[in-house]
Amino acid sequence: MAALYVLVPLALVLLAIAVAAFLWAVDHDQFEDLEREGERILFDEEPDGAAEGAER
Amino acid sequence: MSAAPALAPPPAGCFHCGEPLDAGDVVRSEVAGEVRAFCCHGCLGAAELIHELGLDSYYERREPGPLEERAADARALERWARFDDPALQRGFASEEPDGTRSAVLSVAGMRCAACSWLLEERLARLEGVREARFGLASGRARIRWEPGAVRLSAILAAVAALGYRAAPFEPDVEEAMVREERRAALRRLGVAGLGTMQVMMFSVALYAGAFGDIEAAHRDLLRWASLLVTAPVLAYAGRPFLVGAARDLAARRVGPDLLIGGALLGAFGASLHALGTGGGEVYFDSVCMFVFFLTVGRSLERDLRARAELRIRRLQRRVPEVAHRSEDGAEHDVPVAALAAGDVVVVRAGETVPADGCVIAGRGEVSEALLTGEAAPVAKQPGRPILAGSENLDATLRMRVERTGPATTLRQVASLLDRAQLEKPPVAETADRVARVFLSAVLLVAAVAAAAWWWLDPSRVVPVVISVLIATCPCALSLATPAALAAATHGLAARGWLVTRGHALEALARVTRVVFDKTGTLTAPTPRLAGVTPLREGLTPDRALVLAAALELRSVHPLARAVRAAARPGAADTACGLESVPGCGVAGRVEGRLLRLGRPTWSAALAGAPLPGPPPAGTVALLADERGPLAWLAFETPLRDDAAGVLAWLRARGIATALVSGDPAADAVREVGDRLGIDDVHAGVSPAGKVAAVEGWLSAGDVVLAVGDGVNDAPLLGRAQVSLAMGSGSDLARLRADAVLLDDRLASLPLALRWARRAQRVVRQNFAWAIAYNASVLPLAVAGLLPPWLAALGMSASSLLVVANSLRLHAPPRGDALPAGGGGGA
Repeated sequence: MAALYVLVPLALVLLAIAVAAFLWAVDHDQFEDLEREGERILFDEEPDGAAEGAER
Repeated sequence: MSAAPALAPPPAGCFHCGEPLDAGDVVRSEVAGEVRAFCCHGCLGAAELIHELGLDSYYERREPGPLEERAADARALERWARFDDPALQRGFASEEPDGTRSAVLSVAGMRCAACSWLLEERLARLEGVREARFGLASGRARIRWEPGAVRLSAILAAVAALGYRAAPFEPDVEEAMVREERRAALRRLGVAGLGTMQVMMFSVALYAGAFGDIEAAHRDLLRWASLLVTAPVLAYAGRPFLVGAARDLAARRVGPDLLIGGALLGAFGASLHALGTGGGEVYFDSVCMFVFFLTVGRSLERDLRARAELRIRRLQRRVPEVAHRSEDGAEHDVPVAALAAGDVVVVRAGETVPADGCVIAGRGEVSEALLTGEAAPVAKQPGRPILAGSENLDATLRMRVERTGPATTLRQVASLLDRAQLEKPPVAETADRVARVFLSAVLLVAAVAAAAWWWLDPSRVVPVVISVLIATCPCALSLATPAALAAATHGLAARGWLVTRGHALEALARVTRVVFDKTGTLTAPTPRLAGVTPLREGLTPDRALVLAAALELRSVHPLARAVRAAARPGAADTACGLESVPGCGVAGRVEGRLLRLGRPTWSAALAGAPLPGPPPAGTVALLADERGPLAWLAFETPLRDDAAGVLAWLRARGIATALVSGDPAADAVREVGDRLGIDDVHAGVSPAGKVAAVEGWLSAGDVVLAVGDGVNDAPLLGRAQVSLAMGSGSDLARLRADAVLLDDRLASLPLALRWARRAQRVVRQNFAWAIAYNASVLPLAVAGLLPPWLAALGMSASSLLVVANSLRLHAPPRGDALPAGGGGGA
């Protein structure tokens, strides 16, 4: 069980990374608009180059 | 406008914005190969634009229902032009290192993801726009553009062309605070959750080891690791509870925070002691779980409130951000906040008046709908007072500022309402008292148990006390109400009922009397043409109506819309030389004849003729030409078609009804009351009188629901235990009411009442369960039969049970429909 001496600290390090990532996400408004961002990936982009049309 | 063939009834809503179509306003045109109906040319333009850009899938993706707000029209470019001013832009836009400029806009009218998709796609096609991201929940957009390639005004105009309204975002200090608070809560929740998960994993090992064999060294390793995780969880996520406990202690008051803080610190301290002495039990997992579940409960509550605040904010129309101040003959654009008494300000047609004051030049009409809920324009001329928030309809006015900011009428009324709100009769005070007694009892029991065990077996004192405190934790209790209310509020919101204050549902469930205002509540919000009485030989009512409709073609007056709606679409002759005279009516030439339609004395004055005979009852207008009067046009405000059904439903349930109206025409009010079966009818009541009436009922023990829509209803709405504003009502009423009927259908009132009652039942079930659980677990804990980890587990389970029970409230209650066939039942 000597492996514990490696695994437990490792677990703590991973936890620290997870918490840091979570805090970063909150600070960067990742949790702001859950519905819209979720649906964003469902909307297809127009396949052709219509995005470049010079419309005024 | 293409001449419509045989008249099928117009489709229910405008193809683009979904607003119900006024028969008099229908614009039909072919878009994308099919003939569609629109409510105005603005929507038609937007639909054509969408088709041109190839974004038709917008119509397929979006959710049904009307857009929240529509841009008035796109006399856009000049309105937006002022935002191109570099000095102004410095206030809200920032320069990026790569030369582009970025800004945050607030956008009104987005309703679902398809709207924000449409806007993003549209702007992506605009050359010079580097980035455009529209956030649905926040109602804001972040844009980045090249100042050389495109102007901000073009971007704003593009948004308006689609029917939305965008303006530079003004950071609202209060809103920033709310956002920060929410983020902080989210951080605490995340830390608590992640920490709890980790500590529980360690605990599994420790428990397994406790039942089997575990080396002391390994056990200590796991315990120390648990400590390393628990300490930050307690210090960071548990901070609110510890601070609350300290405050309770300082105030010598028993509150839930005191118990929670005590249990947390006690468990933590005992665990530290066990670590140090190498023996005993360690309770880190209990501490973490405890903090986590309590944080979840509090977050739910806060989220409910924050969501309500956000919705309230979205109901607010904006006061203008800039005003045109006139100094030494030149006009400067200044922020509204910079205005002072004595300034001379120019307000152009289509703009909102920035402050209270007095008109010094110009003649025109303004709409005070923001304050009164009435769209009928009010005439203004030099010497007349003018109010902040009113919309200048047709002529440029110059005014001298008298009161700004918090001193304006708008804000005064708002603060009056705030006060009324505070004096609301409390619904849930008993719950607080009970809680306090309960908590004191728990402390007592814990003390007794500690003493008993100290005498019996001192080593068991700590775990027993901790178990007692945890077992009686008010977790499930504190979740019982918010969870149920949140679910019910959410479900109601999906059906057009916007509940803005949490207590509203509790009060709604106990309503014994419903008080209605007449205008806009029981009657339709807009008038209807009741009849045309010709006054000249050979003139048919139809012909008179055609002439009238021709004159009213461009007017936005509600009576004008009523006239156009009554005339057959496409039947209006064209009129030329249309002129609108504020306060009197419209004049113009039809088939060479000069005609006037409006106030009887003014119309008759065209021919110099006296007024013909007695006019029909109600609101009337006179159509006249140069030879004399032509016809009377009488208008009425019809009852809502669902009103009768709703009132019958209320009567069937033994809920008393009353009608309290500010309308001085007592006969009309009584007639409405009779037709709907309301026994308690009051007419011509002043706002103070309305409050007095409500107070009378309150002292008789009634729980009153007030339904209204204008600002003179506002004090009434504030005094009743729960208030409801119609969706078409004035902004002020909607802001201050506890609930808003977004879809404006009275028929959903019975549904809401049933839902609220069901929510109360669920809350009672939750309470019953929570108390039963606590009561049965307490003896076990005192007897030392309940280890702390089991207590924590049980507490978590009971909390989850309460939440699950509350989720049932998402679906509407099944049951009887309205007796008159209205849509009340689900």
